[in-house]
Amino acid sequence: MTDQAINPITLAVLAGRMEQITDEMDATLFRAAFNPIIAEAHDASHGLYHAATGDTLVQGKSGLPIFVGVMSFAVRAVIEKAAADGDLADGDIYIFNDAHLGGTHLSDMRLVRPYFRDGRLFCYLASVGHWHDVGGAVPGNYNPAATEAFQEAFILPPVRIARKGVLQQDIIDILMRNTRLPQSAMGDLNGQLGALDLGTRRLDELLDEYGAGTVSAALDALGDRAETLMRSEVAALPDGRWEAEDFLDNDGIMDTPLPIRVALEIRGDRLTLDFAGTAAATAGPVNIALPTAVACCYVAIKHIFPDLPANAGVMRPVEIKVPDESLLAAKFPAPVGGYTETILRMIDVIFSAAAKAVPERVVANAYGTINALSIAGKRANGQPWVMFSFYGGGHGGSAEGDGLNHGNAPISTATIPPLEILEAAYPVMFRQWALRPDSAGAGTHSGGLGATYEIELLEEQAEAFLFGERGRFPPKGVAGGASAATNVFSYEQEDGWHHPPMASKMRGIRLKKGQRVQLMTPGGGGYGPPDKRDPAAVARDVAQGYVSSEAANKIYGTAWQEAEQ
Amino acid sequence: MSKMIGVDVGGTFTDVFLLDETTGAARVAKVPTTRPDQSGGFLEGIGRQVTDLADVGAVVHGTTAGTNALLERKGAKIGVITTEGLRDVLEMRRRDRPRTWGLRGNFEPVVSRDLRLEVPERTLADGTIRTPVDLEAVRATATELLDKGCEAVAVLFANAYANPENEARAVAAVRDLWPNPHVSCSSEILPEIREYERFSTTALNAYLQPEVSGYLDRLDTALRKGGFAGEFMIVQSNGGVMDTATACRLPVRTALSGPAAGVIAAGYIAQTAGFPDVITGDMGGTSFDVSLIAGGNSVLSPQTSIDFGMVVRTPMIEITTIGAGGGSIAWVDKGGLLNIGPESAGSTPGPVAYGQGNTRPTVTDANVVLGRIDPDRPIGGKLDRLDVEAAAKAIDEHVGKPLGLGTLEAAEAILTVANSRMAGAIRLVSIERGFDPKRFAFMPFGGGGALHAGAMLNEVGIGRAIVPRYPGVTSALGCVIADMRQDFVQTVNTLISAVDPASLTEIIQRHVDDGMALLDAAGTKFEARETVFELDMAYVGQTHTVAVPLPVAIRNGKVVTPSRKEIESAFDTAYHGTYGRLLPDGVRRLMNLRSSVIGRRPKFDLATLAPTTGGDAEETCTGTRRVHFGDTWHDTKIYDRLALPVGECIDGPAILVQPDTTVLIEPGLTGRVDDYGNTIITRVEESA
Repeated sequence: MTDQAINPITLAVLAGRMEQITDEMDATLFRAAFNPIIAEAHDASHGLYHAATGDTLVQGKSGLPIFVGVMSFAVRAVIEKAAADGDLADGDIYIFNDAHLGGTHLSDMRLVRPYFRDGRLFCYLASVGHWHDVGGAVPGNYNPAATEAFQEAFILPPVRIARKGVLQQDIIDILMRNTRLPQSAMGDLNGQLGALDLGTRRLDELLDEYGAGTVSAALDALGDRAETLMRSEVAALPDGRWEAEDFLDNDGIMDTPLPIRVALEIRGDRLTLDFAGTAAATAGPVNIALPTAVACCYVAIKHIFPDLPANAGVMRPVEIKVPDESLLAAKFPAPVGGYTETILRMIDVIFSAAAKAVPERVVANAYGTINALSIAGKRANGQPWVMFSFYGGGHGGSAEGDGLNHGNAPISTATIPPLEILEAAYPVMFRQWALRPDSAGAGTHSGGLGATYEIELLEEQAEAFLFGERGRFPPKGVAGGASAATNVFSYEQEDGWHHPPMASKMRGIRLKKGQRVQLMTPGGGGYGPPDKRDPAAVARDVAQGYVSSEAANKIYGTAWQEAEQ
Repeated sequence: MSKMIGVDVGGTFTDVFLLDETTGAARVAKVPTTRPDQSGGFLEGIGRQVTDLADVGAVVHGTTAGTNALLERKGAKIGVITTEGLRDVLEMRRRDRPRTWGLRGNFEPVVSRDLRLEVPERTLADGTIRTPVDLEAVRATATELLDKGCEAVAVLFANAYANPENEARAVAAVRDLWPNPHVSCSSEILPEIREYERFSTTALNAYLQPEVSGYLDRLDTALRKGGFAGEFMIVQSNGGVMDTATACRLPVRTALSGPAAGVIAAGYIAQTAGFPDVITGDMGGTSFDVSLIAGGNSVLSPQTSIDFGMVVRTPMIEITTIGAGGGSIAWVDKGGLLNIGPESAGSTPGPVAYGQGNTRPTVTDANVVLGRIDPDRPIGGKLDRLDVEAAAKAIDEHVGKPLGLGTLEAAEAILTVANSRMAGAIRLVSIERGFDPKRFAFMPFGGGGALHAGAMLNEVGIGRAIVPRYPGVTSALGCVIADMRQDFVQTVNTLISAVDPASLTEIIQRHVDDGMALLDAAGTKFEARETVFELDMAYVGQTHTVAVPLPVAIRNGKVVTPSRKEIESAFDTAYHGTYGRLLPDGVRRLMNLRSSVIGRRPKFDLATLAPTTGGDAEETCTGTRRVHFGDTWHDTKIYDRLALPVGECIDGPAILVQPDTTVLIEPGLTGRVDDYGNTIITRVEESA
């Protein structure tokens, strides 16, 4: 890249134009994707990355938040592979899903395409999307009993799916033979290839219009400005070191709590996140690979400073220390399918630590589990079915107000399907789809409520699986706010209701017609001491049934009984 | 009975467009909008145009009464009666959040939890009634809601789209005891799968009903009292009109009434002028609203969110909004990057130049400092002369100094970035629909858009801009020409192999009959009646459906049953058009049937609005002003736009002024007055 100075007007215009290219790539895939995880839940992302370092230059705004930090690792893996291959050419496209190289989990298929200008590598374009099925032991790849990545999915290292613009049918054949849903996979692959094509065309136009030198200078300048912005945000915070810890219930194999610890240190305009003291890598799939851990720190930081751009410059003043061999830097072939639970807990501890430094900048912990619940069986005509969904919970309270009731996870922007869509597609009926009273953490500003979902089986039999968390350790409040309720899962058998022995994780419980499962999700933690809560707000909570009068008396005293709503 | 009146009530002004069908004469008037009751300005505006309402055949109204009630949460106190276990659906939404980053902000539904009551009843997804509705419980809850002071009620039952029986029985019981007509039923309003979207639409309908029907009643009464004996109609969000009885029953369909009328007018004007493909840009105080018209047809979107968690699912003219209006604030972030908006000074306090207390520079301030807006003829604010010096100082302080630019450079920078964002919206709107924006014309309307038309040509590569003769009253004009239209939907949810063409025909027939009955009931003449049918279809396993146009013949009012083969081939054509391929082994599913019944209203000849031919353009030149373009000042001629004769070409730099709009013709561009009085702006080399 050049050191050519760029005028501030061109820079502001180019910043918007490049953001638009990546937004258009997002839009192209969302429209074309076959599977609802991409089409509806937007579990995908696109961006432009540095030719030499893989650093994020620009990234689409509508993709999944966790990808904002993780994509540069995917590009870096391809840069290394391309160097080893030694013959990178215009029109090549690499594809892989190896999570130990590219972060997140094996369901995420990453496509990386070098962009050449005048015979020279200018930057990389990348597309990632969550495919519906990539082989492995369990349809949909959420296998709570996996002890190796091999049991989670088939593993593809970076290989070229296109060479000099020619698609390699051999690679496509291997891919399609390793998924239970080849039609869906082919649709998603085509969508991702289409997004990369579109990005390439748009970059061509942009470079024709402004010249490669100017665009290159703009990219450099945007990185520097992102860094300046971040430094000025950090410098405004007090110096010091603050620690926080929290626990995962277990890894699904051994029922032992797993600590996640962070020390957040601010010195001038630099910020350090040190995860020393975190549990070692585990047998079960709550491990994450190092790229995921780094990306997760970015998500947490961007939630604290929402105006930061999606640009690697933001992370220059940030140092992340992850102990080797910990469950935050697990080595191949450790299973990583449950990565969502672990990074949600990382975000929680970062928030808890930051709240000790600057409470008004931080929200209390959200419900903190993705709650992947699947119910599977066969219909009377022998046709198999799998209902797989994630369920919502409460958001944390903040200095501004109470937390949101029934929101989505901080790492995601996914929406939940309507119950009528689920009931039309699967033999189930929702007996309850409701807010869960008394599930929020109390506080000056309370957390949002979690939910109660109660599902009755309408076919003869089925099996239920759950991959959740927060069954033993509730989401915490900050700044004196109280914890929320824990995640409670129960299922009905002939002799009554049961809870799974692992609290939040369960394999293959058999259900018969008419039996129910019930998932009660956590609310969000509270913000500020409960005794400072406006009695009128408590009175409203009781009148609306968000809080029972017994709980209100216990937590807030009886002043609310005299208050006007 | 030869006059037609269109009235559009906007945030600041109420616009009235009067057409005398006998003489072809048209007149426009602008009066201040009255708040909170808009009927004052409405009647005042009409009063300025006609003395005897007996002459008026139709009054058509584009209203923001519904939009405002939703945005400002000023609807009625309402209750909900719903299925046991599901009272929180409205509050739980689809598990989204207000903003991606920050995790702040919460949500209060329009009906609080203590007014959402459950009754024993349950229908399954296949339409089987598992638990018959307990009507005693329904009556008890309705009574409880009345006792708690509810003015309207929504009945929301799970799977009522598949079988409305339980819901219909409950609604009948409620209507028996409810003291007013404000009872909204989810399967009547939107018999479509997806409970949150259906419940939200129905609840918002109930929320608007007392307010909107009260407002329309007041207007109707006042009009009748003034001797009006014609038809009073309301513009819907889909760009068609409905009679007031329908509007009182389905007020939620007015959620985007005002902007829709503007797009309808823009489409008609552009098509008449020879540009069936046009992108409209309405620049207001806080936003720039973009809409696309291809082949003379507006794009409709199936639903919209009026605000976080306030989903309205009814066909609406698709309008994409970005926060780049005249009042949008320019600022430099901590990283040194110039940004425009989303914060806006709106119309109060407005731009710095308005002198109403704002000190941060806006897009309008940049236009003022560069001489593009005449400071001596302010369109907004309360000053006699805009405060150019204050605007310059604000730009200097907040943009110039942080970026190391002079005042004029900084003002140009603000416009460049604002234009770039507007151009981005135009590009995205067209590309998302699979169109190349270069083949479209750009039509600015609203007060500010015509200042930026030239920039759109340069930024997007569009060939021409067309500025309508009366850009400030486009929505009111749209009211006069909009067709009458009713939309219907019914979820079918069945595999193609299992479709029963006879029962599908029954639904189509019902939609046609209901739609035609509404046309019959209207006191308006139609030039033609049309029906349009569309199926939402997808392959099994795919989430997003494709809109499949289905040709259906109607003979003597009777629907001719479409064959399964016709449905299949219609799907293949539509699917291939969208995705460029078919799935050879894919199983096709039919989700919804959508029907529209349209009564084409007579259009008036836009040429009646045109100015005279002949005459000397120089006589309409009112002087010159220094205007800054690029890096230098240009002596720029100012013309009285409405007096320019047909066929006249004005080369830039030039400014054409009319009472509520400034048209800017930049150097290198030329503006030609077409046969209808529109100004067509093109590059000089292309105008020959």
